[in-house]
Amino acid sequence: MYDGGKIIFGLVLFVGAVTFPAWYSLARGGKAAPPELVLPKNEKQCVESREYIRSRHMELLNEWRDSVVREGNGVYTSRAHGTRHPMKLTGTCLRCHSDRTQFCDRCHGYLAVAPYCWDCHVTPKGKP
Amino acid sequence: MDETRRGFLRAAGFTLLGASCASSLGACARALAGDPDPEALQAKRWAMIVDLPRCLQKEGCRACIDACHRAHNVPALPDPRREVKWLWKEPYEHAFAVEEREAEYGSAALKGKHVLVLCNHCDNPPCVRVCPTGATWKRPDGVVMMDEHRCIGCRYCVVGCPYGSRSFNWQDPRPFVQQVNEEFPTRTRGVVEKCNFCVDRLARGLMPACVEACRQVGPAAIGFGDLGDERSALAGTLRSRFSIRRKPHLGTSPQVFYIV
Repeated sequence: MYDGGKIIFGLVLFVGAVTFPAWYSLARGGKAAPPELVLPKNEKQCVESREYIRSRHMELLNEWRDSVVREGNGVYTSRAHGTRHPMKLTGTCLRCHSDRTQFCDRCHGYLAVAPYCWDCHVTPKGKP
Repeated sequence: MDETRRGFLRAAGFTLLGASCASSLGACARALAGDPDPEALQAKRWAMIVDLPRCLQKEGCRACIDACHRAHNVPALPDPRREVKWLWKEPYEHAFAVEEREAEYGSAALKGKHVLVLCNHCDNPPCVRVCPTGATWKRPDGVVMMDEHRCIGCRYCVVGCPYGSRSFNWQDPRPFVQQVNEEFPTRTRGVVEKCNFCVDRLARGLMPACVEACRQVGPAAIGFGDLGDERSALAGTLRSRFSIRRKPHLGTSPQVFYIV
Protein backbone atom coordinates (compact mmCIF):
# COMPACT_ATOMS: atom_id res chain seq x y z
CA MET A 1 0.00 0.00 0.00
CA TYR A 2 1.41 3.32 -1.02
CA ASP A 3 1.28 6.02 1.61
CA GLY A 4 -0.35 3.60 4.06
CA GLY A 5 0.54 5.68 7.06
CA LYS A 6 -1.03 8.82 5.64
CA ILE A 7 -4.18 6.99 4.62
CA ILE A 8 -4.64 5.35 8.01
CA PHE A 9 -3.91 8.63 9.76
CA GLY A 10 -6.46 10.37 7.54
CA LEU A 11 -9.06 7.66 8.21
CA VAL A 12 -8.54 7.88 11.96
CA LEU A 13 -8.88 11.65 11.76
CA PHE A 14 -12.07 11.35 9.69
CA VAL A 15 -13.72 8.79 12.01
CA GLY A 16 -12.72 10.89 14.99
CA ALA A 17 -14.26 14.02 13.49
CA VAL A 18 -17.48 12.28 12.46
CA THR A 19 -17.99 10.71 15.87
CA PHE A 20 -16.98 13.86 17.70
CA PRO A 21 -20.50 14.70 18.98
CA ALA A 22 -20.72 11.24 20.58
CA TRP A 23 -17.28 11.54 22.19
CA TYR A 24 -17.95 15.03 23.34
CA SER A 25 -21.21 14.26 25.06
CA LEU A 26 -19.76 11.10 26.63
CA ALA A 27 -16.89 13.13 27.97
CA ARG A 28 -19.34 15.66 29.39
CA GLY A 29 -21.10 12.90 31.32
CA GLY A 30 -23.66 11.26 29.09
CA LYS A 31 -26.88 13.09 28.30
CA ALA A 32 -27.36 16.69 27.36
CA ALA A 33 -29.14 18.68 30.04
CA PRO A 34 -32.92 18.36 29.60
CA PRO A 35 -34.80 21.60 29.07
CA GLU A 36 -35.78 23.46 32.21
CA LEU A 37 -39.39 24.53 32.11
CA VAL A 38 -40.81 27.40 34.11
CA LEU A 39 -44.21 26.21 35.25
CA PRO A 40 -47.05 28.57 36.06
CA LYS A 41 -47.24 29.46 39.72
CA ASN A 42 -50.93 29.79 40.37
CA GLU A 43 -52.23 26.93 38.25
CA LYS A 44 -51.55 23.29 38.99
CA GLN A 45 -53.70 21.48 36.46
CA CYS A 46 -53.55 21.54 32.66
CA VAL A 47 -56.55 20.79 30.44
CA GLU A 48 -55.45 17.15 30.26
CA SER A 49 -53.04 14.96 32.22
CA ARG A 50 -49.40 15.94 32.20
CA GLU A 51 -48.36 12.78 30.30
CA TYR A 52 -50.99 13.33 27.61
CA ILE A 53 -50.09 16.97 27.13
CA ARG A 54 -46.39 16.20 27.10
CA SER A 55 -46.60 13.62 24.35
CA ARG A 56 -49.68 14.67 22.38
CA HIS A 57 -50.32 18.40 22.80
CA MET A 58 -49.66 18.91 19.10
CA GLU A 59 -52.45 16.50 18.20
CA LEU A 60 -54.75 18.20 20.68
CA LEU A 61 -53.97 21.61 19.17
CA ASN A 62 -54.64 20.30 15.67
CA GLU A 63 -57.95 18.92 16.89
CA TRP A 64 -58.81 22.30 18.43
CA ARG A 65 -57.87 24.08 15.24
CA ASP A 66 -60.12 21.85 13.12
CA SER A 67 -62.97 22.04 15.60
CA VAL A 68 -62.91 25.83 15.87
CA VAL A 69 -62.14 26.74 12.27
CA ARG A 70 -63.89 24.01 10.35
CA GLU A 71 -66.84 23.26 12.62
CA GLY A 72 -67.24 26.44 14.62
CA ASN A 73 -67.21 24.56 17.93
CA GLY A 74 -64.96 26.35 20.36
CA VAL A 75 -65.54 24.75 23.76
CA TYR A 76 -63.43 21.80 24.86
CA THR A 77 -64.42 19.34 27.56
CA SER A 78 -61.39 17.80 29.20
CA ARG A 79 -61.27 14.01 28.94
CA ALA A 80 -59.26 13.73 32.15
CA HIS A 81 -60.95 16.31 34.38
CA GLY A 82 -64.32 17.01 32.74
CA THR A 83 -63.65 20.75 32.93
CA ARG A 84 -64.61 23.05 30.05
CA HIS A 85 -62.14 25.33 28.30
CA PRO A 86 -62.20 27.67 25.33
CA MET A 87 -60.19 26.13 22.48
CA LYS A 88 -57.75 28.98 22.24
CA LEU A 89 -53.99 29.02 22.14
CA THR A 90 -53.93 32.56 23.50
CA GLY A 91 -56.85 32.32 25.90
CA THR A 92 -56.11 28.88 27.32
CA CYS A 93 -52.50 27.66 26.88
CA LEU A 94 -50.84 31.05 26.99
CA ARG A 95 -53.02 32.32 29.82
CA CYS A 96 -50.97 30.14 32.18
CA HIS A 97 -47.77 29.72 30.17
CA SER A 98 -47.64 33.42 29.51
CA ASP A 99 -44.02 33.55 28.40
CA ARG A 100 -43.44 31.08 25.64
CA THR A 101 -39.67 31.54 25.75
CA GLN A 102 -39.79 30.03 29.26
CA PHE A 103 -41.93 27.08 28.25
CA CYS A 104 -42.82 26.20 24.65
CA ASP A 105 -39.54 27.28 23.12
CA ARG A 106 -37.43 25.38 25.65
CA CYS A 107 -38.62 21.93 24.54
CA HIS A 108 -39.03 22.89 20.92
CA GLY A 109 -35.46 24.17 20.89
CA TYR A 110 -34.16 21.06 22.66
CA LEU A 111 -35.83 18.82 20.08
CA ALA A 112 -35.03 21.15 17.16
CA VAL A 113 -38.65 21.45 16.05
CA ALA A 114 -39.93 24.75 14.74
CA PRO A 115 -43.74 24.87 14.78
CA TYR A 116 -45.05 27.84 12.83
CA CYS A 117 -48.01 28.57 15.13
CA TRP A 118 -46.41 31.87 16.13
CA ASP A 119 -46.20 33.17 12.58
CA CYS A 120 -49.86 34.10 13.01
CA HIS A 121 -50.96 33.42 16.57
CA VAL A 122 -50.07 36.22 18.90
CA THR A 123 -48.19 35.75 22.14
CA PRO A 124 -49.45 37.88 25.01
CA LYS A 125 -48.37 41.47 25.29
CA GLY A 126 -44.82 42.38 26.18
CA LYS A 127 -43.55 38.96 25.18
CA PRO A 128 -41.63 38.25 21.98
CA MET B 1 -51.61 -21.98 -7.63
CA ASP B 2 -54.94 -23.68 -7.01
CA GLU B 3 -56.72 -20.33 -6.65
CA THR B 4 -60.17 -20.45 -8.17
CA ARG B 5 -61.87 -17.42 -9.60
CA ARG B 6 -64.61 -17.74 -6.97
CA GLY B 7 -62.08 -17.93 -4.15
CA PHE B 8 -60.27 -14.86 -5.43
CA LEU B 9 -63.44 -12.83 -5.76
CA ARG B 10 -64.57 -13.83 -2.28
CA ALA B 11 -61.25 -12.78 -0.77
CA ALA B 12 -61.31 -9.51 -2.68
CA GLY B 13 -64.85 -8.81 -1.48
CA PHE B 14 -63.96 -9.43 2.16
CA THR B 15 -60.88 -7.25 1.86
CA LEU B 16 -62.93 -4.37 0.46
CA LEU B 17 -65.58 -4.81 3.16
CA GLY B 18 -62.92 -4.83 5.85
CA ALA B 19 -61.23 -1.74 4.44
CA SER B 20 -64.49 0.22 4.25
CA CYS B 21 -65.42 -0.79 7.83
CA ALA B 22 -62.00 0.23 9.08
CA SER B 23 -62.13 3.61 7.35
CA SER B 24 -65.63 4.41 8.62
CA LEU B 25 -64.62 3.36 12.13
CA GLY B 26 -61.59 5.61 11.79
CA ALA B 27 -63.83 8.49 10.75
CA CYS B 28 -66.00 7.95 13.83
CA ALA B 29 -62.97 7.85 16.09
CA ARG B 30 -61.79 11.11 14.57
CA ALA B 31 -64.97 13.00 15.47
CA LEU B 32 -63.77 16.20 17.05
CA ALA B 33 -64.41 16.74 20.73
CA GLY B 34 -65.80 20.26 20.61
CA ASP B 35 -69.07 21.94 21.53
CA PRO B 36 -70.37 25.35 20.53
CA ASP B 37 -70.43 28.10 23.11
CA PRO B 38 -74.00 28.24 24.49
CA GLU B 39 -73.88 32.02 23.99
CA ALA B 40 -73.15 31.66 20.26
CA LEU B 41 -75.49 33.36 17.79
CA GLN B 42 -76.91 30.94 15.26
CA ALA B 43 -78.81 31.32 12.01
CA LYS B 44 -79.99 29.41 9.01
CA ARG B 45 -78.48 31.99 6.66
CA TRP B 46 -76.50 34.99 7.81
CA ALA B 47 -76.90 38.05 5.63
CA MET B 48 -76.18 41.77 5.77
CA ILE B 49 -77.95 44.95 4.70
CA VAL B 50 -76.19 48.24 4.10
CA ASP B 51 -78.57 51.20 4.17
CA LEU B 52 -76.70 53.56 1.85
CA PRO B 53 -78.71 56.79 2.44
CA ARG B 54 -78.31 56.29 6.16
CA CYS B 55 -74.61 55.49 5.77
CA LEU B 56 -74.16 58.71 3.78
CA GLN B 57 -75.61 60.76 6.64
CA LYS B 58 -72.09 60.57 7.99
CA GLU B 59 -70.13 60.82 4.80
CA GLY B 60 -66.47 59.97 5.19
CA CYS B 61 -67.08 58.05 8.42
CA ARG B 62 -64.73 55.12 8.89
CA ALA B 63 -65.96 53.75 12.20
CA CYS B 64 -66.98 50.36 10.81
CA ILE B 65 -63.80 49.91 8.77
CA ASP B 66 -61.57 50.84 11.69
CA ALA B 67 -63.47 48.55 14.07
CA CYS B 68 -63.26 45.66 11.61
CA HIS B 69 -59.60 46.09 10.89
CA ARG B 70 -58.77 46.51 14.58
CA ALA B 71 -60.72 43.42 15.57
CA HIS B 72 -59.06 41.25 12.96
CA ASN B 73 -55.53 42.61 12.89
CA VAL B 74 -55.83 43.76 9.29
CA PRO B 75 -52.54 45.43 8.37
CA ALA B 76 -52.33 48.94 6.92
CA LEU B 77 -49.89 48.43 4.07
CA PRO B 78 -48.81 51.64 2.36
CA ASP B 79 -48.33 50.08 -1.09
CA PRO B 80 -51.77 49.88 -2.78
CA ARG B 81 -50.65 46.86 -4.79
CA ARG B 82 -50.10 44.94 -1.57
CA GLU B 83 -53.10 46.30 0.26
CA VAL B 84 -55.05 43.99 2.56
CA LYS B 85 -58.69 44.87 3.20
CA TRP B 86 -61.76 43.24 4.68
CA LEU B 87 -64.18 46.14 4.63
CA TRP B 88 -63.62 49.25 2.55
CA LYS B 89 -65.29 51.93 0.45
CA GLU B 90 -65.56 51.96 -3.30
CA PRO B 91 -67.12 54.59 -5.62
CA TYR B 92 -70.74 53.70 -6.33
CA GLU B 93 -69.99 53.39 -10.06
CA HIS B 94 -67.25 50.83 -9.33
CA ALA B 95 -69.20 48.80 -6.83
CA PHE B 96 -72.27 48.38 -9.02
CA ALA B 97 -72.53 47.53 -12.70
CA VAL B 98 -74.38 49.87 -15.07
CA GLU B 99 -77.52 47.74 -15.25
CA GLU B 100 -77.79 47.55 -11.47
CA ARG B 101 -77.56 51.32 -11.22
CA GLU B 102 -80.14 51.89 -13.96
CA ALA B 103 -82.60 49.60 -12.22
CA GLU B 104 -83.15 52.22 -9.58
CA TYR B 105 -84.52 55.75 -10.06
CA GLY B 106 -83.08 57.28 -6.94
CA SER B 107 -79.51 56.36 -7.74
CA ALA B 108 -78.70 59.93 -8.79
CA ALA B 109 -78.25 60.70 -5.10
CA LEU B 110 -75.52 58.10 -4.95
CA LYS B 111 -73.60 59.32 -7.96
CA GLY B 112 -69.94 59.81 -7.10
CA LYS B 113 -70.47 58.67 -3.53
CA HIS B 114 -68.52 55.96 -1.79
CA VAL B 115 -70.27 52.78 -0.75
CA LEU B 116 -69.24 50.15 1.74
CA VAL B 117 -68.08 46.88 0.19
CA LEU B 118 -66.95 43.58 1.66
CA CYS B 119 -67.10 39.85 0.98
CA ASN B 120 -70.64 39.07 -0.17
CA HIS B 121 -70.68 35.61 1.39
CA CYS B 122 -72.29 34.33 -1.80
CA ASP B 123 -74.68 31.44 -1.85
CA ASN B 124 -72.83 30.14 -4.87
CA PRO B 125 -69.29 31.28 -4.14
CA PRO B 126 -66.88 31.00 -7.07
CA CYS B 127 -63.90 31.26 -4.73
CA VAL B 128 -64.94 28.02 -3.03
CA ARG B 129 -65.33 26.24 -6.32
CA VAL B 130 -61.81 27.08 -7.48
CA CYS B 131 -59.95 26.49 -4.20
CA PRO B 132 -57.82 23.38 -4.71
CA THR B 133 -57.23 22.62 -1.02
CA GLY B 134 -60.58 23.23 0.62
CA ALA B 135 -59.07 26.18 2.47
CA THR B 136 -62.19 28.18 1.73
CA TRP B 137 -65.68 26.76 2.04
CA LYS B 138 -69.25 27.69 2.83
CA ARG B 139 -70.51 26.92 6.31
CA PRO B 140 -74.04 25.56 6.78
CA ASP B 141 -75.08 29.02 8.05
CA GLY B 142 -73.89 30.59 4.78
CA VAL B 143 -70.66 32.21 5.93
CA VAL B 144 -67.90 31.75 3.37
CA MET B 145 -64.99 30.82 5.60
CA MET B 146 -61.30 31.02 5.06
CA ASP B 147 -58.92 28.60 6.77
CA GLU B 148 -55.47 30.13 6.49
CA HIS B 149 -53.97 26.90 7.87
CA ARG B 150 -54.84 25.14 4.63
CA CYS B 151 -54.22 28.01 2.21
CA ILE B 152 -51.31 27.38 -0.13
CA GLY B 153 -51.37 30.88 -1.60
CA CYS B 154 -52.27 29.89 -5.16
CA ARG B 155 -54.62 32.91 -5.42
CA TYR B 156 -57.20 31.10 -7.59
CA CYS B 157 -59.86 32.47 -5.22
CA VAL B 158 -58.56 36.02 -5.67
CA VAL B 159 -59.06 35.59 -9.40
CA GLY B 160 -62.36 33.76 -8.95
CA CYS B 161 -63.99 36.42 -6.77
CA PRO B 162 -65.80 38.97 -8.97
CA TYR B 163 -65.92 41.51 -6.13
CA GLY B 164 -62.21 41.85 -5.34
CA SER B 165 -63.02 40.85 -1.78
CA ARG B 166 -59.91 38.80 -1.25
CA SER B 167 -56.44 40.06 -0.42
CA PHE B 168 -53.17 38.23 -0.66
CA ASN B 169 -50.37 38.65 1.85
CA TRP B 170 -47.33 39.45 -0.25
CA GLN B 171 -45.27 40.04 2.87
CA ASP B 172 -45.38 39.44 6.61
CA PRO B 173 -48.29 41.66 7.67
CA ARG B 174 -47.58 41.78 11.40
CA PRO B 175 -45.26 44.81 11.40
CA PHE B 176 -48.07 46.76 9.74
CA VAL B 177 -50.73 45.91 12.30
CA GLN B 178 -50.87 49.07 14.37
CA GLN B 179 -52.36 47.64 17.51
CA VAL B 180 -52.42 43.86 17.71
CA ASN B 181 -55.63 42.37 19.08
CA GLU B 182 -54.41 39.36 21.03
CA GLU B 183 -57.78 37.65 20.72
CA PHE B 184 -57.36 37.14 16.99
CA PRO B 185 -54.39 35.83 15.00
CA THR B 186 -52.57 37.88 12.43
CA ARG B 187 -51.85 36.27 9.08
CA THR B 188 -48.57 35.22 7.54
CA ARG B 189 -46.88 35.79 4.21
CA GLY B 190 -48.38 33.73 1.40
CA VAL B 191 -52.01 33.31 2.50
CA VAL B 192 -55.24 34.89 1.31
CA GLU B 193 -57.65 36.61 3.68
CA LYS B 194 -61.03 38.30 3.62
CA CYS B 195 -64.04 39.28 5.73
CA ASN B 196 -65.30 36.35 7.81
CA PHE B 197 -68.68 37.87 8.83
CA CYS B 198 -67.13 37.98 12.31
CA VAL B 199 -67.65 34.27 12.98
CA ASP B 200 -65.24 34.66 15.88
CA ARG B 201 -67.59 37.22 17.44
CA LEU B 202 -70.80 35.34 16.53
CA ALA B 203 -69.33 32.31 18.32
CA ARG B 204 -69.12 34.44 21.47
CA GLY B 205 -72.62 35.84 21.10
CA LEU B 206 -71.58 39.21 19.67
CA MET B 207 -72.76 40.95 16.52
CA PRO B 208 -70.16 41.76 13.84
CA ALA B 209 -67.70 44.51 14.74
CA CYS B 210 -68.83 46.81 11.89
CA VAL B 211 -72.51 46.53 12.86
CA GLU B 212 -71.72 47.37 16.46
CA ALA B 213 -69.39 50.26 15.55
CA CYS B 214 -71.95 51.79 13.17
CA ARG B 215 -74.65 51.63 15.83
CA GLN B 216 -72.33 53.32 18.31
CA VAL B 217 -71.53 56.28 16.09
CA GLY B 218 -75.17 56.84 15.23
CA PRO B 219 -76.57 55.90 11.84
CA ALA B 220 -76.93 52.12 12.45
CA ALA B 221 -76.73 51.75 8.69
CA ILE B 222 -75.51 48.15 8.75
CA GLY B 223 -77.99 45.40 9.53
CA PHE B 224 -77.10 41.80 10.16
CA GLY B 225 -79.40 38.87 10.67
CA ASP B 226 -80.91 35.60 9.61
CA LEU B 227 -82.29 35.57 6.08
CA GLY B 228 -83.56 32.04 6.66
CA ASP B 229 -85.90 33.25 9.41
CA GLU B 230 -88.94 35.08 8.02
CA ARG B 231 -89.58 36.84 11.32
CA SER B 232 -86.07 38.29 11.58
CA ALA B 233 -85.65 42.06 11.35
CA LEU B 234 -83.39 41.62 8.36
CA ALA B 235 -85.93 39.58 6.39
CA GLY B 236 -88.61 42.18 7.25
CA THR B 237 -86.48 45.07 6.02
CA LEU B 238 -85.74 43.25 2.78
CA ARG B 239 -89.47 42.67 2.21
CA SER B 240 -90.40 46.28 2.79
CA ARG B 241 -87.50 48.19 1.21
CA PHE B 242 -86.06 48.18 -2.27
CA SER B 243 -82.57 46.73 -2.29
CA ILE B 244 -79.92 45.83 -4.84
CA ARG B 245 -76.98 43.48 -4.80
CA ARG B 246 -73.60 43.60 -6.46
CA LYS B 247 -73.44 41.79 -9.82
CA PRO B 248 -76.23 39.28 -9.19
CA HIS B 249 -76.28 38.48 -12.92
CA LEU B 250 -73.07 36.51 -12.42
CA GLY B 251 -75.07 33.89 -10.55
CA THR B 252 -73.09 34.11 -7.33
CA SER B 253 -76.17 35.07 -5.26
CA PRO B 254 -74.45 37.62 -3.02
CA GLN B 255 -75.85 37.94 0.50
CA VAL B 256 -74.97 41.55 1.17
CA PHE B 257 -77.94 43.75 0.26
CA TYR B 258 -77.85 47.49 -0.38
CA ILE B 259 -80.78 49.81 0.27
CA VAL B 260 -80.43 52.64 -2.26
